[in-house]
Amino acid sequence: MLEVRDLAGERGLARLFAGIAFRLEPGRVLAVTGANGSGKTTLLRILAGLSSPAAGEVRFRGAPMAPFDPRLRAAVVFHGHLPALKDELTAVENLAALVALAGAQATTAELAAALDSVALTGRRMLQARVLSQGQRRRIGLARLAVLKKALWILDEPTTALDAEGTALLVRLLTAHLERGGCAVLATHQALPLPPERTASLTVAPRGS
Amino acid sequence: MTTAAPTPAVPLDDDASAGAVAPAFLWALARDLRIAFRSRAELGVQLMFYVIVVTLFPLATVPERTLLAALGPGVLWVAALLASLLSLPRLFAADFADGTLEQMALSPWALPGLVSGKIAAHWLTTGLPVALLAPLLGAQYALDGPALGTLTTTLLLGTPILSLLGAIGAALTLGARGGGSLLALLVLPLCVPVLIFGAGAVDAVHAGLGAGASLSFLGAGLLVAIVGAPFAAAAAVRIALE
Repeated sequence: MLEVRDLAGERGLARLFAGIAFRLEPGRVLAVTGANGSGKTTLLRILAGLSSPAAGEVRFRGAPMAPFDPRLRAAVVFHGHLPALKDELTAVENLAALVALAGAQATTAELAAALDSVALTGRRMLQARVLSQGQRRRIGLARLAVLKKALWILDEPTTALDAEGTALLVRLLTAHLERGGCAVLATHQALPLPPERTASLTVAPRGS
Repeated sequence: MTTAAPTPAVPLDDDASAGAVAPAFLWALARDLRIAFRSRAELGVQLMFYVIVVTLFPLATVPERTLLAALGPGVLWVAALLASLLSLPRLFAADFADGTLEQMALSPWALPGLVSGKIAAHWLTTGLPVALLAPLLGAQYALDGPALGTLTTTLLLGTPILSLLGAIGAALTLGARGGGSLLALLVLPLCVPVLIFGAGAVDAVHAGLGAGASLSFLGAGLLVAIVGAPFAAAAAVRIALE
Protein backbone atom coordinates (compact mmCIF):
# COMPACT_ATOMS: atom_id res chain seq x y z
CA MET A 1 0.00 0.00 0.00
CA LEU A 2 2.82 2.37 0.92
CA GLU A 3 6.22 2.13 -0.66
CA VAL A 4 9.24 4.30 -0.08
CA ARG A 5 12.41 4.35 -2.15
CA ASP A 6 15.74 5.90 -1.27
CA LEU A 7 14.10 8.57 0.84
CA ALA A 8 16.16 11.40 2.33
CA GLY A 9 14.92 14.06 4.69
CA GLU A 10 16.21 17.43 5.74
CA ARG A 11 15.30 19.83 8.46
CA GLY A 12 16.53 23.32 7.76
CA LEU A 13 19.89 22.75 6.11
CA ALA A 14 20.75 19.57 8.00
CA ARG A 15 20.40 16.22 6.25
CA LEU A 16 18.76 13.99 8.84
CA PHE A 17 18.54 10.64 7.10
CA ALA A 18 19.04 9.15 3.66
CA GLY A 19 18.48 5.90 1.86
CA ILE A 20 15.27 4.93 3.68
CA ALA A 21 13.38 2.24 1.80
CA PHE A 22 10.48 0.03 2.84
CA ARG A 23 7.23 -1.46 1.62
CA LEU A 24 4.15 -1.61 3.77
CA GLU A 25 1.39 -4.07 2.89
CA PRO A 26 -2.23 -3.83 4.12
CA GLY A 27 -2.58 -5.15 7.63
CA ARG A 28 0.99 -4.25 8.60
CA VAL A 29 2.48 -1.64 10.88
CA LEU A 30 5.91 -0.10 10.66
CA ALA A 31 7.40 0.90 13.99
CA VAL A 32 9.93 3.68 13.51
CA THR A 33 12.51 4.13 16.24
CA GLY A 34 15.46 6.45 16.56
CA ALA A 35 17.13 8.85 18.95
CA ASN A 36 15.73 12.32 19.65
CA GLY A 37 16.39 14.53 16.68
CA SER A 38 17.09 11.63 14.33
CA GLY A 39 14.26 12.67 12.02
CA LYS A 40 11.33 10.42 12.95
CA THR A 41 8.85 13.29 12.85
CA THR A 42 10.34 14.56 9.58
CA LEU A 43 9.95 11.10 8.05
CA LEU A 44 6.36 10.81 9.24
CA ARG A 45 5.48 14.26 7.92
CA ILE A 46 6.88 13.28 4.52
CA LEU A 47 4.84 10.06 4.55
CA ALA A 48 1.68 11.97 5.49
CA GLY A 49 2.25 14.36 2.59
CA LEU A 50 2.95 17.40 4.76
CA SER A 51 6.56 17.88 3.66
CA SER A 52 8.54 17.09 0.57
CA PRO A 53 11.51 14.74 0.79
CA ALA A 54 15.03 15.96 -0.01
CA ALA A 55 15.44 12.93 -2.27
CA GLY A 56 13.63 9.74 -3.17
CA GLU A 57 9.94 9.09 -3.57
CA VAL A 58 6.85 7.97 -1.70
CA ARG A 59 4.42 5.74 -3.60
CA PHE A 60 0.91 5.13 -2.34
CA ARG A 61 -1.11 2.36 -4.03
CA GLY A 62 1.47 2.34 -6.79
CA ALA A 63 1.34 6.02 -7.64
CA PRO A 64 4.08 8.51 -6.74
CA MET A 65 2.86 11.11 -4.26
CA ALA A 66 3.61 14.81 -4.08
CA PRO A 67 2.87 16.66 -0.83
CA PHE A 68 -0.86 17.23 -0.29
CA ASP A 69 -1.83 14.76 -3.02
CA PRO A 70 -5.64 14.37 -2.92
CA ARG A 71 -5.42 10.54 -3.10
CA LEU A 72 -3.20 10.53 -0.03
CA ARG A 73 -5.34 13.10 1.80
CA ALA A 74 -8.40 10.91 1.27
CA ALA A 75 -6.77 7.89 2.89
CA VAL A 76 -4.40 9.17 5.56
CA VAL A 77 -4.99 10.15 9.13
CA PHE A 78 -2.12 12.03 10.75
CA HIS A 79 -1.97 11.86 14.53
CA GLY A 80 0.94 14.07 15.50
CA HIS A 81 2.25 15.97 18.49
CA LEU A 82 -0.35 18.70 18.11
CA PRO A 83 -3.87 17.72 19.20
CA ALA A 84 -5.76 20.19 16.93
CA LEU A 85 -8.20 20.87 19.76
CA LYS A 86 -9.87 24.19 20.45
CA ASP A 87 -10.02 25.25 24.09
CA GLU A 88 -13.33 27.04 23.51
CA LEU A 89 -15.12 23.92 22.22
CA THR A 90 -16.32 20.95 24.23
CA ALA A 91 -14.83 17.48 23.86
CA VAL A 92 -17.66 16.26 21.68
CA GLU A 93 -17.66 19.43 19.53
CA ASN A 94 -13.93 19.06 18.98
CA LEU A 95 -14.32 15.43 17.99
CA ALA A 96 -17.25 16.16 15.68
CA ALA A 97 -15.32 18.98 13.99
CA LEU A 98 -12.21 16.86 13.44
CA VAL A 99 -14.22 13.93 12.10
CA ALA A 100 -16.08 16.18 9.66
CA LEU A 101 -12.83 17.82 8.58
CA ALA A 102 -11.46 14.41 7.66
CA GLY A 103 -14.40 14.06 5.27
CA ALA A 104 -16.18 11.42 7.36
CA GLN A 105 -19.71 11.38 8.67
CA ALA A 106 -20.61 10.24 12.15
CA THR A 107 -23.87 10.39 14.05
CA THR A 108 -24.10 11.92 17.51
CA ALA A 109 -24.47 8.42 18.93
CA GLU A 110 -21.30 7.24 17.20
CA LEU A 111 -19.36 10.21 18.53
CA ALA A 112 -20.68 9.62 22.05
CA ALA A 113 -19.77 5.94 21.78
CA ALA A 114 -16.27 6.82 20.64
CA LEU A 115 -15.78 9.13 23.63
CA ASP A 116 -17.17 6.41 25.90
CA SER A 117 -14.65 3.97 24.47
CA VAL A 118 -11.76 6.25 25.47
CA ALA A 119 -13.21 6.70 28.97
CA LEU A 120 -14.29 10.32 28.50
CA THR A 121 -17.97 9.63 29.16
CA GLY A 122 -18.40 12.23 31.88
CA ARG A 123 -16.24 14.80 30.07
CA ARG A 124 -18.18 15.09 26.82
CA MET A 125 -19.66 18.50 27.53
CA LEU A 126 -16.57 19.99 29.16
CA GLN A 127 -14.57 22.59 27.27
CA ALA A 128 -11.22 21.26 26.14
CA ARG A 129 -9.42 23.88 28.24
CA VAL A 130 -10.25 22.02 31.44
CA LEU A 131 -9.13 18.60 30.18
CA SER A 132 -5.76 17.17 31.16
CA GLN A 133 -3.06 16.44 28.56
CA GLY A 134 -3.88 12.74 28.66
CA GLN A 135 -7.59 13.39 28.23
CA ARG A 136 -6.84 15.64 25.27
CA ARG A 137 -4.80 12.86 23.70
CA ARG A 138 -7.72 10.51 24.26
CA ILE A 139 -9.92 12.71 22.07
CA GLY A 140 -7.33 12.04 19.36
CA LEU A 141 -7.72 8.30 19.98
CA ALA A 142 -11.49 8.64 19.68
CA ARG A 143 -10.92 10.30 16.32
CA LEU A 144 -8.84 7.32 15.17
CA ALA A 145 -11.65 5.01 16.26
CA VAL A 146 -14.34 6.89 14.32
CA LEU A 147 -12.45 7.56 11.09
CA LYS A 148 -12.23 4.71 8.63
CA LYS A 149 -9.01 5.60 6.92
CA ALA A 150 -6.57 3.15 5.40
CA LEU A 151 -3.28 4.63 6.53
CA TRP A 152 -2.55 5.81 10.05
CA ILE A 153 0.53 7.95 10.68
CA LEU A 154 1.07 8.08 14.42
CA ASP A 155 3.81 10.30 15.84
CA GLU A 156 4.57 9.42 19.47
CA PRO A 157 0.95 8.42 20.14
CA THR A 158 1.70 7.30 23.69
CA THR A 159 2.78 10.78 24.85
CA ALA A 160 0.87 11.78 28.01
CA LEU A 161 -1.19 8.56 27.95
CA ASP A 162 -1.44 6.39 31.05
CA ALA A 163 -1.13 2.59 30.99
CA GLU A 164 -4.83 2.20 30.28
CA GLY A 165 -4.66 4.73 27.46
CA THR A 166 -1.71 2.95 25.91
CA ALA A 167 -3.56 -0.37 26.09
CA LEU A 168 -6.49 1.32 24.38
CA LEU A 169 -4.21 2.58 21.62
CA VAL A 170 -2.85 -0.93 21.09
CA ARG A 171 -6.40 -2.32 20.86
CA LEU A 172 -7.41 0.31 18.31
CA LEU A 173 -4.28 -0.25 16.26
CA THR A 174 -4.63 -4.03 16.30
CA ALA A 175 -8.27 -3.80 15.18
CA HIS A 176 -7.22 -1.40 12.42
CA LEU A 177 -4.57 -3.85 11.17
CA GLU A 178 -7.01 -6.75 11.27
CA ARG A 179 -9.38 -4.79 9.04
CA GLY A 180 -6.59 -4.46 6.48
CA GLY A 181 -5.46 -0.97 7.34
CA CYS A 182 -1.83 -0.09 7.75
CA ALA A 183 0.07 2.23 10.00
CA VAL A 184 3.41 3.90 10.53
CA LEU A 185 4.21 4.52 14.16
CA ALA A 186 7.05 6.49 15.70
CA THR A 187 7.64 5.56 19.28
CA HIS A 188 10.20 5.30 22.04
CA GLN A 189 8.13 2.76 23.89
CA ALA A 190 7.85 -0.83 22.66
CA LEU A 191 4.13 -1.51 22.22
CA PRO A 192 2.72 -5.02 22.47
CA LEU A 193 1.62 -5.25 18.83
CA PRO A 194 1.11 -8.56 16.99
CA PRO A 195 4.67 -9.50 15.96
CA GLU A 196 3.61 -11.09 12.66
CA ARG A 197 2.16 -7.76 11.56
CA THR A 198 4.96 -5.53 12.78
CA ALA A 199 8.08 -4.42 10.96
CA SER A 200 10.59 -2.04 12.39
CA LEU A 201 12.81 0.66 11.04
CA THR A 202 15.50 2.63 12.82
CA VAL A 203 16.16 6.14 11.62
CA ALA A 204 19.79 7.03 12.05
CA PRO A 205 21.98 9.64 10.43
CA ARG A 206 24.17 8.34 7.67
CA GLY A 207 27.57 9.80 6.90
CA SER A 208 27.13 12.67 4.50
CA MET B 1 -7.41 -15.06 9.83
CA THR B 2 -4.20 -14.28 8.01
CA THR B 3 -5.69 -14.84 4.56
CA ALA B 4 -4.91 -11.35 3.37
CA ALA B 5 -7.61 -10.14 1.00
CA PRO B 6 -6.22 -8.39 -2.06
CA THR B 7 -8.39 -5.35 -1.45
CA PRO B 8 -8.26 -3.61 1.90
CA ALA B 9 -11.34 -4.18 4.01
CA VAL B 10 -11.23 -0.62 5.30
CA PRO B 11 -13.81 1.48 3.48
CA LEU B 12 -12.33 4.66 2.12
CA ASP B 13 -13.81 8.10 1.97
CA ASP B 14 -11.98 9.16 -1.13
CA ASP B 15 -14.85 9.66 -3.56
CA ALA B 16 -17.65 11.66 -1.93
CA SER B 17 -15.70 14.37 -0.15
CA ALA B 18 -12.61 14.78 -2.34
CA GLY B 19 -11.98 18.42 -3.17
CA ALA B 20 -15.39 19.56 -1.92
CA VAL B 21 -15.64 23.32 -1.46
CA ALA B 22 -19.08 24.05 0.02
CA PRO B 23 -18.83 21.79 3.10
CA ALA B 24 -15.28 23.03 3.66
CA PHE B 25 -16.43 26.66 3.58
CA LEU B 26 -19.35 26.00 5.93
CA TRP B 27 -17.24 23.93 8.32
CA ALA B 28 -14.62 26.64 8.73
CA LEU B 29 -17.20 29.41 8.93
CA ALA B 30 -19.32 27.67 11.58
CA ARG B 31 -16.32 26.64 13.65
CA ASP B 32 -14.66 30.07 13.66
CA LEU B 33 -17.94 31.85 14.41
CA ARG B 34 -18.60 29.51 17.32
CA ILE B 35 -15.11 30.05 18.72
CA ALA B 36 -15.44 33.82 18.24
CA PHE B 37 -18.78 33.79 20.04
CA ARG B 38 -17.32 31.87 22.97
CA SER B 39 -14.45 34.37 23.28
CA ARG B 40 -16.55 37.41 22.45
CA ALA B 41 -14.81 39.66 24.99
CA GLU B 42 -11.90 39.76 22.57
CA LEU B 43 -14.17 40.91 19.75
CA GLY B 44 -15.61 43.60 21.98
CA VAL B 45 -12.11 44.91 22.67
CA GLN B 46 -11.43 45.30 18.94
CA LEU B 47 -14.68 47.08 18.35
CA MET B 48 -14.06 49.38 21.31
CA PHE B 49 -10.62 50.17 19.86
CA TYR B 50 -12.30 51.25 16.63
CA VAL B 51 -14.91 53.36 18.44
CA ILE B 52 -12.30 55.06 20.62
CA VAL B 53 -9.89 55.85 17.77
CA VAL B 54 -12.70 57.38 15.75
CA THR B 55 -13.90 59.38 18.73
CA LEU B 56 -10.45 60.76 19.58
CA PHE B 57 -10.12 62.83 16.41
CA PRO B 58 -13.01 65.26 17.00
CA LEU B 59 -11.73 65.71 20.54
CA ALA B 60 -8.15 66.35 19.48
CA THR B 61 -8.85 68.66 16.54
CA VAL B 62 -10.87 71.86 16.12
CA PRO B 63 -14.61 71.24 16.58
CA GLU B 64 -15.47 72.88 13.29
CA ARG B 65 -18.16 71.31 11.11
CA THR B 66 -16.53 71.72 7.70
CA LEU B 67 -13.13 70.51 8.90
CA LEU B 68 -14.65 67.47 10.64
CA ALA B 69 -16.80 66.62 7.63
CA ALA B 70 -13.66 66.67 5.47
CA LEU B 71 -11.71 64.53 7.96
CA GLY B 72 -14.46 62.06 8.82
CA PRO B 73 -14.40 59.52 5.99
CA GLY B 74 -10.63 59.23 6.07
CA VAL B 75 -10.53 58.75 9.83
CA LEU B 76 -13.25 56.11 9.78
CA TRP B 77 -11.49 54.23 7.00
CA VAL B 78 -8.07 54.31 8.67
CA ALA B 79 -9.63 53.17 11.94
CA ALA B 80 -11.45 50.33 10.15
CA LEU B 81 -8.16 49.29 8.55
CA LEU B 82 -6.37 49.28 11.91
CA ALA B 83 -9.20 47.37 13.61
CA SER B 84 -9.04 44.73 10.88
CA LEU B 85 -5.25 44.57 11.17
CA LEU B 86 -5.46 44.15 14.94
CA SER B 87 -7.31 40.86 14.60
CA LEU B 88 -5.50 39.50 11.53
CA PRO B 89 -2.54 37.82 13.27
CA ARG B 90 -5.00 35.51 15.03
CA LEU B 91 -6.65 34.42 11.79
CA PHE B 92 -4.27 31.50 11.25
CA ALA B 93 -1.81 31.72 14.14
CA ALA B 94 -3.98 29.86 16.69
CA ASP B 95 -4.81 27.09 14.22
CA PHE B 96 -1.13 26.87 13.28
CA ALA B 97 -0.05 26.57 16.91
CA ASP B 98 -2.56 23.88 17.93
CA GLY B 99 -2.24 21.72 14.82
CA THR B 100 -5.65 22.46 13.31
CA LEU B 101 -4.00 23.95 10.24
CA GLU B 102 -2.11 20.67 9.68
CA GLN B 103 -5.36 18.75 9.79
CA MET B 104 -7.01 21.29 7.48
CA ALA B 105 -4.22 20.91 4.93
CA LEU B 106 -4.58 17.12 5.12
CA SER B 107 -8.36 17.20 4.82
CA PRO B 108 -9.82 15.72 1.63
CA TRP B 109 -11.77 18.96 1.30
CA ALA B 110 -10.35 21.82 -0.77
CA LEU B 111 -8.00 23.96 1.33
CA PRO B 112 -9.01 27.22 -0.43
CA GLY B 113 -12.61 26.44 0.61
CA LEU B 114 -11.56 26.09 4.25
CA VAL B 115 -9.51 29.27 4.04
CA SER B 116 -12.48 31.13 2.49
CA GLY B 117 -14.66 30.05 5.40
CA LYS B 118 -12.13 31.40 7.88
CA ILE B 119 -11.90 34.70 5.97
CA ALA B 120 -15.70 35.00 5.89
CA ALA B 121 -15.83 34.44 9.65
CA HIS B 122 -13.13 37.06 10.14
CA TRP B 123 -15.13 39.58 8.13
CA LEU B 124 -18.41 38.80 9.90
CA THR B 125 -16.78 39.32 13.30
CA THR B 126 -14.63 42.38 12.52
CA GLY B 127 -15.48 44.07 9.19
CA LEU B 128 -19.25 43.87 9.36
CA PRO B 129 -19.64 45.38 12.86
CA VAL B 130 -17.22 48.14 11.86
CA ALA B 131 -19.31 48.96 8.78
CA LEU B 132 -22.57 48.85 10.73
CA LEU B 133 -21.24 51.20 13.41
CA ALA B 134 -20.09 53.73 10.80
CA PRO B 135 -23.37 55.72 10.52
CA LEU B 136 -23.39 56.20 14.29
CA LEU B 137 -19.74 57.21 14.53
CA GLY B 138 -19.89 59.31 11.36
CA ALA B 139 -22.48 61.52 13.03
CA GLN B 140 -19.67 62.90 15.21
CA TYR B 141 -18.10 64.30 12.08
CA ALA B 142 -21.18 66.25 10.99
CA LEU B 143 -21.58 64.03 7.94
CA ASP B 144 -25.00 64.33 6.30
CA GLY B 145 -27.30 61.49 5.31
CA PRO B 146 -26.04 60.80 1.77
CA ALA B 147 -22.41 60.95 2.92
CA LEU B 148 -23.10 58.50 5.76
CA GLY B 149 -24.90 56.18 3.35
CA THR B 150 -22.00 56.25 0.91
CA LEU B 151 -19.46 55.75 3.69
CA THR B 152 -21.30 52.69 5.00
CA THR B 153 -21.60 51.24 1.50
CA THR B 154 -17.89 51.69 0.85
CA LEU B 155 -17.08 50.03 4.18
CA LEU B 156 -19.40 47.12 3.36
CA LEU B 157 -17.62 46.68 0.03
CA GLY B 158 -14.14 47.46 1.25
CA THR B 159 -13.76 45.65 4.59
CA PRO B 160 -14.10 42.20 2.94
CA ILE B 161 -11.17 43.18 0.70
CA LEU B 162 -9.16 44.01 3.83
CA SER B 163 -9.96 40.57 5.30
CA LEU B 164 -9.08 38.81 2.03
CA LEU B 165 -5.78 40.65 1.47
CA GLY B 166 -4.98 40.37 5.17
CA ALA B 167 -5.45 36.61 5.03
CA ILE B 168 -2.67 36.32 2.46
CA GLY B 169 -0.39 38.36 4.72
CA ALA B 170 -1.41 36.38 7.81
CA ALA B 171 -0.65 33.09 6.04
CA LEU B 172 2.68 34.35 4.70
CA THR B 173 3.87 35.49 8.12
CA LEU B 174 2.94 32.22 9.89
CA GLY B 175 5.79 31.01 12.03
CA ALA B 176 7.83 34.19 11.49
CA ARG B 177 9.10 35.97 14.57
CA GLY B 178 7.45 39.36 15.00
CA GLY B 179 4.81 38.17 12.59
CA GLY B 180 2.33 40.80 13.75
CA SER B 181 4.41 43.83 12.78
CA LEU B 182 5.65 42.14 9.63
CA LEU B 183 2.05 41.48 8.72
CA ALA B 184 1.24 45.19 9.06
CA LEU B 185 4.16 46.15 6.83
CA LEU B 186 3.04 43.61 4.26
CA VAL B 187 -0.68 44.33 4.23
CA LEU B 188 -0.94 48.09 4.76
CA PRO B 189 0.58 49.10 1.39
CA LEU B 190 -1.74 46.67 -0.39
CA CYS B 191 -4.72 48.32 1.26
CA VAL B 192 -3.89 51.79 -0.04
CA PRO B 193 -6.13 51.56 -3.15
CA VAL B 194 -9.04 50.36 -1.00
CA LEU B 195 -8.51 53.31 1.31
CA ILE B 196 -8.32 55.80 -1.57
CA PHE B 197 -11.50 54.62 -3.26
CA GLY B 198 -13.30 54.08 0.05
CA ALA B 199 -12.67 57.53 1.49
CA GLY B 200 -12.73 59.14 -1.97
CA ALA B 201 -16.29 58.04 -2.63
CA VAL B 202 -17.60 60.27 0.15
CA ASP B 203 -15.58 63.25 -1.16
CA ALA B 204 -17.03 62.64 -4.59
CA VAL B 205 -20.56 62.80 -3.13
CA HIS B 206 -19.65 66.07 -1.39
CA ALA B 207 -18.36 67.45 -4.67
CA GLY B 208 -21.61 66.45 -6.36
CA LEU B 209 -19.90 63.90 -8.64
CA GLY B 210 -21.65 60.82 -7.33
CA ALA B 211 -19.90 57.80 -5.83
CA GLY B 212 -20.52 55.43 -8.75
CA ALA B 213 -16.97 55.24 -10.04
CA SER B 214 -15.39 54.62 -6.63
CA LEU B 215 -18.00 52.02 -5.71
CA SER B 216 -17.45 50.25 -9.03
CA PHE B 217 -13.71 50.11 -8.38
CA LEU B 218 -14.29 48.74 -4.88
CA GLY B 219 -16.76 46.16 -6.20
CA ALA B 220 -14.35 45.06 -8.90
CA GLY B 221 -11.54 44.86 -6.37
CA LEU B 222 -13.74 42.76 -4.10
CA LEU B 223 -14.54 40.30 -6.89
CA VAL B 224 -10.87 39.93 -7.83
CA ALA B 225 -9.94 39.43 -4.16
CA ILE B 226 -12.70 36.82 -3.62
CA VAL B 227 -11.48 34.83 -6.60
CA GLY B 228 -7.76 35.16 -5.97
CA ALA B 229 -7.03 35.61 -2.29
CA PRO B 230 -8.21 32.21 -0.95
CA PHE B 231 -5.94 30.40 -3.40
CA ALA B 232 -2.96 32.59 -2.55
CA ALA B 233 -3.59 32.22 1.19
CA ALA B 234 -4.01 28.43 0.87
CA ALA B 235 -0.72 28.19 -1.02
CA ALA B 236 0.97 30.26 1.69
CA VAL B 237 -0.49 27.99 4.39
CA ARG B 238 0.98 24.93 2.70
CA ILE B 239 4.37 26.60 2.45
CA ALA B 240 4.21 27.47 6.16
CA LEU B 241 3.47 23.83 7.06
CA GLU B 242 6.26 22.30 4.98
